[in-house]
Amino acid sequence: MKSEWALWEIFIRSQHGLAHRHVGSLHAPDAEMAINNARDVYTRRNEGVSIWVVKSIDIAASSPDDKAPLFDPANSKVYRHPTFFPMPEEVKGL
Amino acid sequence: MYAQMVDTGTRVAGNELDAAEVRFQKRIDDGIRVEPQDWMPDRYRKTLIRQISQHAHSEIVGQLPEGNWITRAPSLKRKAILLAKVQDEAGHGLYLYSAAETLGISRDQMVDDLHSGKAKYSSIFNYPTLTWADVGAIGWLVDGSAIMNQIPLCRCSYGPYSRAMIRVCKEEAFHMRQGYDMLMSLCRGTPEQKQMAQDALNRWWWPSLMMFGPPDADSVHSEQSKQWKIKLFTNDELRQKMVDQTVPQAEYLGLTIPDADLKWNAERGHYDYGAIDWEEFYNVVKGNGPCNRERIATRKKAWDDGEWFREALVAHADKKSKSKLQAAA
Ligand SMILES: [Fe+2]
Ligand SMILES: [Fe+2]
Ligand SMILES: [Fe+2]
Repeated sequence: MKSEWALWEIFIRSQHGLAHRHVGSLHAPDAEMAINNARDVYTRRNEGVSIWVVKSIDIAASSPDDKAPLFDPANSKVYRHPTFFPMPEEVKGL
Repeated sequence: MYAQMVDTGTRVAGNELDAAEVRFQKRIDDGIRVEPQDWMPDRYRKTLIRQISQHAHSEIVGQLPEGNWITRAPSLKRKAILLAKVQDEAGHGLYLYSAAETLGISRDQMVDDLHSGKAKYSSIFNYPTLTWADVGAIGWLVDGSAIMNQIPLCRCSYGPYSRAMIRVCKEEAFHMRQGYDMLMSLCRGTPEQKQMAQDALNRWWWPSLMMFGPPDADSVHSEQSKQWKIKLFTNDELRQKMVDQTVPQAEYLGLTIPDADLKWNAERGHYDYGAIDWEEFYNVVKGNGPCNRERIATRKKAWDDGEWFREALVAHADKKSKSKLQAAA
């Protein structure tokens, strides 16, 4: 039998209440084994308190060619950042 | 190193870089990481597949010399530590295989290439671990050298490789320290124990220096790899760093490095060291080291013996998904 196990992307939530973060990938025959393997491969030093596994083929990704149309429009909108508005030094709480 | 003499492919002489390649090189020069979906020259892709898979194979085969000693560790504490260290190496292999897969080679292909002898792994793992002190020497010298090579690779141009290296480096420091700690115990022990440590250093010193690969003058592929930022220091630069770092560590242990020509060169600000027997290195790389055959045979046996288990996992997964479907119907 020569069928390679599916590739899974692994997401771990660290101790500090942050969002799950992508840490890498691994092969496993099913989700349960993917979680077991992720425990061994990615959390040997208390790196996490929760694991998500997602089949790699189920992830839809933006294409590198779309980088400009997707992300360039944000460049010209500097007013979205608080630093765009200089505030008088003597006014507090802003 | 864990990847030695990685072929960067041949470029047709006089062939100008085409526009896409020029743009690619510019991005690398600007420090922009290359990610799996980005366009990349075929030679860059192939070179990286060779380099990363070779590195992965080294982590996996590298478990064998030390794994040998897990059941014979002198205390429960040392046994637990060694077990954790060897398990880390399995993890390093997996991070690296995953990184290589993003370049379009399958895991099965890489495993096949290792078992058939087509793919290489580091020369260092073809030497035997004759005594318990060898396990300490490996942690100290081999993992120590690996760190030296891998810390710069955390900044390499290929995103998945650099991220794998960051994880690996975090774990390697433990490997080096547990090795040195083991040798400290031996060197503070009986004269026989100290002699055992000295003997291990005698046997591992030269192979550890060879591990960095041939001298720069003979490293035909270094230039291209440096340009692509998948190699950040030359073999000789890293080897010199390793010697400079290790000499005082050996002095602290009260051990003698087996090199009559080793001496501080105040002018260079580095230690000079004796000639390396490159014939031995090439012989090991060709497959004629003391343990080459045994290592691959052990790997293959583990793979074959695990086949029924891999099949059982798939059968179990299939059965579960079928019964889930039935329950839903
Ligand atoms: Fe490692
Ligand atoms: Fe390594
Ligand atoms: Fe290691």
